[in-house]
Amino acid sequence: MALLEVDDLSVVFTRKGEQPVVAVDGVSFDVDPGQTVGLVGESGCGKSVTALAIMGLLPRRGVRVSGSVRFDGTELLGLPAAAMRDRRGRDLGMVFQDPLSSLNPVVPIGLQITEVLERHRRTPRKKAMVQAGDLLTRVGIPDPRRRLDEYPHQLSGGMRQRALIAMALACRPKLLLADEPTTALDVTIQAQILALLAELVRAGDTDLGDTDLGDTALVMITHDLGVVAGLCDEVNVLYGGRVVERGPRHPLFAAPHHPYTVGLLASVPRLDGPRGQRLSPIRGSVSDNIPWTSGCAFAPRCPNVLGACTSVTPEMEFGPDERLLRCHNPVPAPQEVRA
Amino acid sequence: MSDVLVDVDGLKVHFPIKRGIVHDRTVGYVYAVDGVDLAIRRGETYGLVGESGCGKSTLGRAVLRLSEPTAGRVVFDGTDLAQLSGEPLRRMRRRMQMVFQDPLSSLDPRQSVQSLLVEGLRAHELDRGAEATAARLRELLDVVGLPANALRRYPHEFSGGQRQRIGIARALTVEPDLIVADEPVSALDVSVQAQVLNLLEDLQAQFGLTYLVIAHDLAVVRHIADRVGVMYLGGIVEEADADALYTEPRHPYTRALLSAIPVPDPEVEDRREQILLTGDLPSPAAPPSGCRFHTRCPWRQPSRCDTERPPLREIRPGHRVACHYAEDIAAGRITAPTGLSASRG
Repeated sequence: MALLEVDDLSVVFTRKGEQPVVAVDGVSFDVDPGQTVGLVGESGCGKSVTALAIMGLLPRRGVRVSGSVRFDGTELLGLPAAAMRDRRGRDLGMVFQDPLSSLNPVVPIGLQITEVLERHRRTPRKKAMVQAGDLLTRVGIPDPRRRLDEYPHQLSGGMRQRALIAMALACRPKLLLADEPTTALDVTIQAQILALLAELVRAGDTDLGDTDLGDTALVMITHDLGVVAGLCDEVNVLYGGRVVERGPRHPLFAAPHHPYTVGLLASVPRLDGPRGQRLSPIRGSVSDNIPWTSGCAFAPRCPNVLGACTSVTPEMEFGPDERLLRCHNPVPAPQEVRA
Repeated sequence: MSDVLVDVDGLKVHFPIKRGIVHDRTVGYVYAVDGVDLAIRRGETYGLVGESGCGKSTLGRAVLRLSEPTAGRVVFDGTDLAQLSGEPLRRMRRRMQMVFQDPLSSLDPRQSVQSLLVEGLRAHELDRGAEATAARLRELLDVVGLPANALRRYPHEFSGGQRQRIGIARALTVEPDLIVADEPVSALDVSVQAQVLNLLEDLQAQFGLTYLVIAHDLAVVRHIADRVGVMYLGGIVEEADADALYTEPRHPYTRALLSAIPVPDPEVEDRREQILLTGDLPSPAAPPSGCRFHTRCPWRQPSRCDTERPPLREIRPGHRVACHYAEDIAAGRITAPTGLSASRG
């Protein structure tokens, strides 16, 4: 059984006197224990809101969440706030994009980590401090004893992100949600953090105590196709609040079939390709959407658009190569994607 | 007319760190740019890459004399900018324009696009009657790919990519020779990023522009630049033609930087040999002695590296490297410790 089953998740932001905003419009995906699943998409595709909805971190007022999020057999949507608090930080960990705004600026790092252990494991403060030190060592922070007493502003961006990962992993969660964990970081630091995440979820990790972290599942939310290509077992491409293409990373990158995925890959300049070739961008911008109810949201930007695209909503179906797609006119076998 | 449009010579920009409320004491300096030599040829695109805090934006601003250099010279088309002030400097500014990273915060929200574009024309007395100006504005909108009805609209009515087009149109109004583009696409979504990159290339071909493109994204810089300079802690550590730099990087930092970039291809990702640097960027207020990179360099040698700052020297025509041991590392005479790719910071 999958560890996390997200089924037809929708999030609608409503505001008095304004059109409701559909941020997530029926997202479904599964995460197995130990699996790394990527959610890729551009700004406004609903990837972050999906994560917040799973974690139950959306405000209760002005937001309509529907669908189902089953974690380890329990339905998380509609769970009482207290029960959700018990799970958050213990079974579900989360790492955010901006470590400075997700850490408390007036509380030392050590206290912020021990807080998690005290809350969920009832670990006594002293013992928790020792564990916090071990955690910081584990995530690669040099001189952890000194760092425990420091405040977030005294740490560099990379170290803050490491501290945040340490907090998220303190209780050895079954699932770690990472929302753009490296976007705010420099590439050399990004490489360090990605290596750390890959190591923490992949390899059996006994440094943290009795159980190993090997079966921690990771949901990686990012706009960076490169990050996904290296890390994720299964990739979900989101557009306009829905998953438009899903597949294991190797076949997906080798032969993307949704015009949006093809377009995304063709518009990134690549370091290993020949130089001097023109990029082929996707026309228009992310805001040129039509609602899913009246066709395909990507239709206004799609080079493969058909008449049906603006009238019939495409369903998630098996397309070429047994790929799950939401498209009336998928891109056939390998095109000039690598150009 | 010389081939070089911008000649930067020994440029330093140091910012004082001030303490005290009553007495304005200077307790130290941030060595943002610390001795940079570079030359930008007419019609080329010079790419400047580096991580945050390496001084690349300050260098770009100093080239335009938006930051006062502490030492060194910037010679623009034969004129030393430091010697200019007042009206001559202002007139010179017409020839060098800037495109900023965040199009929303660099466009006045209360000015319509027309007003934004006309401002530069007026300031430089290029406004020759209502009809000529209107024709010029239509032409500008056309070259940057904005609809003609954009003139009466305001920045917030546009998407990010369109705003960046407005910023580019604004830079073009005064027919500059040089455009300094500081992170022109990093705020944009990837699909839109490609549109703006293509636009920049088209404009260069059309108007013979010279670009200084500053970015942290090496793939973007490689795509657009003819020559690339890599900055680390206020200095250029390597400079070469874009192809040479990416195929044969010689400075350890460049190698690490290139190896750190994820490629959107799992086949490549699985094989990619990574050089993971340990630790963080040292503070530019207290840069390490000797080679600035020696604290993180996997190929560091016990002698010279921490005492003697390597000059930027030419190891091949057009390829300059600031490393004492560049040749030895390339020839494999100095090897990094084994298990490097698995090491963490």
